[in-house]
Amino acid sequence: MNRRTMGKTLLGLAGAAAVALSVGVASAQEKMKVGFVYVGPISDHGYSYQHDQGRLAVEKALGDKVTTTYVENVPEGADAERVIEQLAASGHKLIFTTSFGFMNPTLKVAQRYPDVKFEHATGYKRSANVATYSARFYEGRTVIGAIVGKMTKSNIIGYVGSFPIPEVVSGINAFTIALREQNPKAEVRVVWVNSWYDPGKEAEAAKALIDQGADVIVQHTDSPAPIQTAQDRGLWSVGQSSDMTRFGPKSHLTAIVDDWNGYYIDRVKAVLDGSWKSVDTWGGFKDKMLFLAPYNPAIPADVVALADQIKADIMSGKRHSFQGPVKDQSGKVVIPEGKSATDEQILKMDWYVEGVQGKVPK
Amino acid sequence: MSLIRLEPRGQASKTMVYVTPLLAVALTLLSGFVLFLLLGFDPVKALHAFFIDPVSSRRGIGELIVKATPLVLCAVGLAIGFRANVWNIGAEGQLTVGAIAGGGLALAFYGEGGWWLLPLMVVAGAAGGAAWAAIPAFLRVRFNASEILTSLMLTYVALLLLNYLVHGPYRDPDGFAFPESRLFEADAVMPVLWSGTRVHLGTAFALLAVAAGWVLIARTFVGFQIKVIGLTPAAAGYAGFDQKRIIWLSLLLSGALAGVAGMGEVAGPIGQITPSVSPGYGFTAIIVAFLGRLHPVGILLAALLMALSFIGGEAAQIAMGLPKAITGVFQGMLLFFLLASDVLIRYRIRFGARRAVA
Repeated sequence: MNRRTMGKTLLGLAGAAAVALSVGVASAQEKMKVGFVYVGPISDHGYSYQHDQGRLAVEKALGDKVTTTYVENVPEGADAERVIEQLAASGHKLIFTTSFGFMNPTLKVAQRYPDVKFEHATGYKRSANVATYSARFYEGRTVIGAIVGKMTKSNIIGYVGSFPIPEVVSGINAFTIALREQNPKAEVRVVWVNSWYDPGKEAEAAKALIDQGADVIVQHTDSPAPIQTAQDRGLWSVGQSSDMTRFGPKSHLTAIVDDWNGYYIDRVKAVLDGSWKSVDTWGGFKDKMLFLAPYNPAIPADVVALADQIKADIMSGKRHSFQGPVKDQSGKVVIPEGKSATDEQILKMDWYVEGVQGKVPK
Repeated sequence: MSLIRLEPRGQASKTMVYVTPLLAVALTLLSGFVLFLLLGFDPVKALHAFFIDPVSSRRGIGELIVKATPLVLCAVGLAIGFRANVWNIGAEGQLTVGAIAGGGLALAFYGEGGWWLLPLMVVAGAAGGAAWAAIPAFLRVRFNASEILTSLMLTYVALLLLNYLVHGPYRDPDGFAFPESRLFEADAVMPVLWSGTRVHLGTAFALLAVAAGWVLIARTFVGFQIKVIGLTPAAAGYAGFDQKRIIWLSLLLSGALAGVAGMGEVAGPIGQITPSVSPGYGFTAIIVAFLGRLHPVGILLAALLMALSFIGGEAAQIAMGLPKAITGVFQGMLLFFLLASDVLIRYRIRFGARRAVA
């Protein structure tokens, strides 16, 4: 299955490159070049794959005005700066660096290429020609928390985490709050794999959690391995970043899907018409930066209705993922009743809410 | 009866030792040509984008040197051990501890550095790497534990230690809890040796290591002992050479060099401590060491070739949309052809049927 999709990707690439070559030579002068840097392979069927879908959307919408380039599997170290600079030096006018670890390399290169615009995903440093963007992934985690709360029988949820950074920790917390709202007895156990993409480790983590009694596997890593593991054991799972239904059709409840298409098209347009500015974009359901993959048909109708209601309430602003009172593990109220967490509190979150087992690694 | 057969040479061919690497490169290029043709790319253009374009600018050559620097530092040290049958597989871990120790000083003296900070960091990097390599040395000498296993396993311990530190004590206090240290201050950053590039002081250390490695092996009594122990351990025993001393020496030396490489990465092109200091330089260095025939000058060339295959892969991806996997395929082919053609060192090819021996 992987091999087949891989083969398709290769063929597609070869085809795309052939087209790009034959067309590119004629009209290279007028077309603006847009570059994308990915931390994983586009065949991860998760995070990097979804960014690449955004790139393809740009090509589809603005193919007569821009050409796109991507570099995949770029390590977050000394190599990132070289790749980003290579893109800038070879005439790319807008460059998306799509992983947190590319933050400082992006800023370093941006300083040397003031005419090139840069967009860094999930970071917090900006400059005149570096903008940042991210999605409010935690909003999706609130909805899946409610679904999982209704579906679990063992009341133990296994959570495969990547790195204990605020984005992931706030996701765990948003999930747990919604989970326990539906099912106060449920608890969440987290295993950190310290990687965004490592199918072997992700599968091992899922197995360890299942052996501890978990009957639903939730993940914040990018490979479909946890889904496949859950499917093998006949348990539920929730996908991450992209619709992973085909990796475990029986097991996959839904997935939080990142949708960069609209944002990427808007930003490319902004550079084309000269209105681009360095801003920080943090969009949620309302801004169409994320959505949920089709629900598994096995989810009962009342649970689907509940999930849709929660989603609608988040979009209308009636509900917030971190609505007080929110207690930490010691029972202390961190977000008082009547208040909800500020963006800054979410962006710096390094503590667990009540109901999560273990401690945040520090 | 086959028409082509291999006939053992009485003695290993000296010429072939030098010819086979070139043959391997030529065969790799040829296979690459065919591969690109099959994938539907213009093979001449693709090979040009892969091997020539990346090094046709000052920045490109600089990047090649930056990428080769940690490979040379690690491989020179490893090769000395390999010659003495000391199999240090854990240069990646020693590199990581070098980065932790050297970079840790940069963070400890943040805001109060001076000219003395960087030299101290180099010493700390070397000491860190050597200390990490001292563990397998001790276990081997004292308990006869295989250094292959212990040094490899310690690599994972080092990576976890790094992970713990960047999530905890080393974390940037103003960094929104993200796992990265602060950016080092100017006093703690390797000076750039070649303006307009990222080539830094670490490259000078690498060249120094090449020269010192050559002198050690070719011109000193210790080097002679290393070679004898590697070739005939029994003879070395009769001659009264102290094998334990050589184990300590080669592990400490390779650990220290790997440590300097790691320190050079965090204080050089990265400029801070991140959860991934090295994309596997310590492991790639093992290939580099053998590709370079365990000879310091050969290692220098092999490291440049290996670095080119990484950088070329990216450049071809950007210029022509070649899939990233091509990089791995190229590296694999190169090693395959090198090992395959090594048969020519000990055997010669004969055509035609075997003549009856009277």
